[in-house]
Amino acid sequence: MFTGFFYLIRGMGVPVSLTEWITFMSALDKGLGFSSLTQFYRLARAILVKSEAYYDSFDRAFLKFFGGIETSEEMVSEVLKWVEKSIPPLNITSAERACFEDWDFEELRRNLEGRMEQQDSEHHGGSYWIGTGGTSPYGHSGYNPAGVRIGGQSINRSAAQVAAERSFHDFRKDEVLNTRHFQTALRSLRRLSRHEEGPKEVLDLESTIEATGNNAGNLKLVWNRPRKNNVKLMLLMDSGGSMNRYARLCSQLFQAANKAGHFKKFKVYFFHNCIYEHLFHEPFCRVQASQRTLEVLNTYAHDYKVILVGDASMATSELMMKYGALEWNYLNNEPGITWLRHIVNHFRHVVWLNPIPKKIWPATEGAHTIDIISDIVPMFELTLEGLQKAIKRLTVRE
Amino acid sequence: MYQPFNRFSGTADYVAPGDLQQAVNVALALSRPLLIKGEPGTGKTMLAKSIAEGLGLDILMWNIKSTTKARDGLYVYDTVQRLYDSQFGDRDVSEIKNYIKLGKLGQAFSSKEQVVLLIDEIDKADLEFPNDLLWELDMMSFHVPETGETVTAKKRPIVIITSNAEKELPDAFLRRCIFHYIAFPGPEEMKQIIKVHYPNLMRNLLTEAVQAFYWLRSVPGLQKRPSTSELLDWLQALVLGGVDPAKITEELPFAGSLIKKDKDMAQVKKYINSVGVGHFNRQGGV
Repeated sequence: MFTGFFYLIRGMGVPVSLTEWITFMSALDKGLGFSSLTQFYRLARAILVKSEAYYDSFDRAFLKFFGGIETSEEMVSEVLKWVEKSIPPLNITSAERACFEDWDFEELRRNLEGRMEQQDSEHHGGSYWIGTGGTSPYGHSGYNPAGVRIGGQSINRSAAQVAAERSFHDFRKDEVLNTRHFQTALRSLRRLSRHEEGPKEVLDLESTIEATGNNAGNLKLVWNRPRKNNVKLMLLMDSGGSMNRYARLCSQLFQAANKAGHFKKFKVYFFHNCIYEHLFHEPFCRVQASQRTLEVLNTYAHDYKVILVGDASMATSELMMKYGALEWNYLNNEPGITWLRHIVNHFRHVVWLNPIPKKIWPATEGAHTIDIISDIVPMFELTLEGLQKAIKRLTVRE
Repeated sequence: MYQPFNRFSGTADYVAPGDLQQAVNVALALSRPLLIKGEPGTGKTMLAKSIAEGLGLDILMWNIKSTTKARDGLYVYDTVQRLYDSQFGDRDVSEIKNYIKLGKLGQAFSSKEQVVLLIDEIDKADLEFPNDLLWELDMMSFHVPETGETVTAKKRPIVIITSNAEKELPDAFLRRCIFHYIAFPGPEEMKQIIKVHYPNLMRNLLTEAVQAFYWLRSVPGLQKRPSTSELLDWLQALVLGGVDPAKITEELPFAGSLIKKDKDMAQVKKYINSVGVGHFNRQGGV
């Protein structure tokens, strides 16, 4: 019964397992959900959905399947939902690109308002309605240089104005989804050691027996300190514009590291595209909330394990040239590459995690800088597997 | 095939909305652990107490800390005590049983009557903690190797688990639970909750305070938004302080019991200055 519903909610991205579905069936069997549709709905949600983050997807699936239930939501939030699901990025040839060159922002915005009034459902692909993919000026993941992006991430990087909020923000307040895999991987980054301060609270049975024997059979207890992780971790994260589309992935890594709580010390800094004289305390990279990179190098001992996270994609000048930094006012006296070398020379273990899938590194825009940087810092892709490899690299003893 | 079971419908001092009641009842009917998530101060812990009271059962509370191990909930073998006793010959040390102390889970299993077992803030513990409890919660029994005994639940306890979502819980664990997220109550529901706690509150005080409270929660950029329990404290302060209800939305007296961080307080002041107090009064709850 309702098997279609099972596949529908799974299709909506709610991770429902067969076990839960069978539980649901047996609950229905016990007559727990049949007195009203509301009860049925609550029963299904309590058994099938295990995180409030999926409540919305579940609701939408429920509406779709059991239909006929009216919802009145605000126009904009509805539109945001239409563009939630994506189709793969479009590839546009330069000839096609030329067709889109004539546009006017004011006109565009007027049209968007008009179209929002006409449109009443989701739309993906095509060239007119608000939705994902396609070449309509409105929505995301499509291509139109004069487009208004609504939600989603810039994939073809040409939206005239980002109608959605910047998604990077402060990671701490971000949602905590699926960080568990990363957390488990980070757990292997540890070196347990007893050389710590703290109370001795673990009974050492072997030594106790020996001490008692030496004490002519009079009980003498020997206590030890519990073993603790001795690893110090530093995360340096790129929060530049091209990283926005990986915000979620990076946020997961950040959450995992931040909440792992088992590192002796944990430190995070941000940078924009490449590292220069300053490292920043916030993703917004303001000089007011920054620290000199030299000072960071002097403060933190070389036994910190350093993970750099970034797409390593930038103009070659940003990496190789004096004054090459992207920000117009930011005059760096040493090229970024020199700073990267400083970091690698100071810390014993440094790795780079790149959210761009490894197989497209040679083909992406930043192929050149990726190449140069991975010569200096061992680079891995930011996937579970890549992270595991990177951690292996970080734990190599020298 | 309908099987009757003891139903939960809230208690005199706990307002349980319909969907929460049903989640509890589903968990009861299916004998599954109930996992409760929600903003701090939405009454997750109170729920367990209310269930126990509503069903007339005893409650065992197991508060989880970052150092808690799954084993602690089953039993603790007090080696040190036994060693000491062997030295002084006070007690019969050959009986290991005397040195096995049951934890909360163990107590819940061995209780003659059905109990409510609250595992509070499970996300505080180590990442593997929930996994370590899977078998015990499933089978409702565990083995004590030291004595060779198996402790099996006489009456299956009602297990309530709360989480503040500090850590992700493992999928295998989630699959076995009934889940409910306690959403933050809206103004009308909040008034009901307040009436349960302070039945004799003046109506205008109630209205003004709730209005101010939801306005405060709407101030953007707060690190910690005030929660229900803080509102209840604040109301008490307002009553004891004899504050004129008309002044509540103007002056926000005793705001310290609602806003706990200096930074947040500064943020609120900044916000009031930028939108103006007049705006606040006109807009009310925003």
